[in-house]
Amino acid sequence: MQLFVQRLFDALANGSTYALVAVALVLIFKATTLVNFAQGELAMLGAFVTLVLAYEQGIPMWLAVFLAMIILGVFAAGVERVLIRPFDPADHLPLVIITLGLFLGINAMAGIVWRFDPRSFPELFPSGNAFTWGSASLRWYTVFTVLTVLVTIGLLQLLLNKTKIGLAFRAVSSNLESSELVGIRVGPTLQFGWALAAAVGTLGAAVYVADPFRQLEPSIMLRVLIFAVSAAALGGLDSLWGALAGGIAIGAIQSLVVPYVPFIPNELGLAAAVVVLMLVLLVRPAGLFGTPAVSRV
Amino acid sequence: MSPMLEVKDLRGGYGLVKVLHGLDFHVNESEVVVILGANGAGKTTTLRAISGMIQTTGSVKLAGEEINSAKPADIVRKGVAHVPQGRGTFPELSVEDNLTVGAYARKDNEVQADMDKWYEIYPVLFERRTQTAGSLSGGEQQMLAVARALMSRPELVLLDEPSLGLAPLIVEDLFERFAEINKKSGTTLLVVEQNAQLALGIADRAYVLEAGTIAIEGDAADLIDDDTIRKVYLGI
Repeated sequence: MQLFVQRLFDALANGSTYALVAVALVLIFKATTLVNFAQGELAMLGAFVTLVLAYEQGIPMWLAVFLAMIILGVFAAGVERVLIRPFDPADHLPLVIITLGLFLGINAMAGIVWRFDPRSFPELFPSGNAFTWGSASLRWYTVFTVLTVLVTIGLLQLLLNKTKIGLAFRAVSSNLESSELVGIRVGPTLQFGWALAAAVGTLGAAVYVADPFRQLEPSIMLRVLIFAVSAAALGGLDSLWGALAGGIAIGAIQSLVVPYVPFIPNELGLAAAVVVLMLVLLVRPAGLFGTPAVSRV
Repeated sequence: MSPMLEVKDLRGGYGLVKVLHGLDFHVNESEVVVILGANGAGKTTTLRAISGMIQTTGSVKLAGEEINSAKPADIVRKGVAHVPQGRGTFPELSVEDNLTVGAYARKDNEVQADMDKWYEIYPVLFERRTQTAGSLSGGEQQMLAVARALMSRPELVLLDEPSLGLAPLIVEDLFERFAEINKKSGTTLLVVEQNAQLALGIADRAYVLEAGTIAIEGDAADLIDDDTIRKVYLGI
């Protein structure tokens, strides 16, 4: 029982970090119906920028994360302008190839600049346990990670639903052509989406590697990206709260299903997540919380 | 005084497929002008060219100012609203958000007042203001599309086949509304239609588009009695 509760807590911790990266993916998907495969690497870059700011410049950790979010936001806005905007937004294949190229490029660059060996990352949250029950313990890290996800999604909802740029963003994701016809500048609006996603992704990576059990290295986000894509798809790809639910569900599959179902070897934990995703999408093609395609004329 | 809209030698289309082969027409201030034509004549393309959605050569002047190379977002700010074919609402957004986004280019603070005005004209939109636009019926969506376009307080409204796919009673009501909008606020309307009888009924002048050029032009009242027009477009 105590082991089960412990695994539940693990599911919560992992799931929340997947959810943060999934939220970043959802932001880009909402705007462009494109999955940005470079999202994880942008986040990894953000974590390295945080590290440089915190260790080499001596900036307090939270401020370093905040600054890194802004820096990555500006960087992603530049990437959008130079590499994405020249292409037709309706033609997805070239764009997917570009995000894959970005993925490889950023990964290699990070390797050249910071080397591939793991580095320890400063803690973001207080260490120790918030709650202990026998051998099961809920770490402060988990508590704060969950809080970070909730606050992030809450703020994004406010931004999307209560501000003019948020309205423009939702309009562009709903109907590109009509957005132009009401006077929305589509390019800069999508650019804003990229910047926002990169900032949220940076937060996600920083929180992920701030777990004292983890270290920062250029390939750290590879696994996370796969889990985050699954989480986003499970949640419906265009729903922020869906990304959270999907993230927690994927975390739960990883820490609950895999240990308790004996015929799934540990190594196949990743595959198990994808199988569950497939099963859900068979029954609900739009995901758990996604908007089914509306067509009524 | 230059006309509200003056189009000269408009040529263009989609990539290698040229649809427009040198159009000349104009729309005077506070006029209702209708462009008739069969499928594929280039009616929709003409409107898309005016609102900057496609690249064309030739001249499009709005109140004397050349707008043919301008971007859609800037053309909207110069006072042109476009109700595209197939409504062009934002299906995932609520009715209220659709109206709000219609006023996106405006900077004044009378947006709420305008919205209330439209809710008064179309009470069904008020009843459904929190519903998504995609869940509305075709007629309601067209009301929303028109209200959304007029939320930008345009001087010229481009209407692309507003009657398409709607029940006759709803279409009649819609065209009455167009005539009223034109009379009350002096808003200039350029309507593209296949329903010639209704369109000619509210129009001052009309053009007939055939294979990308203007084939016939004249006063709506004359065209309605013209035998060729009656045969080809009115079916009587």
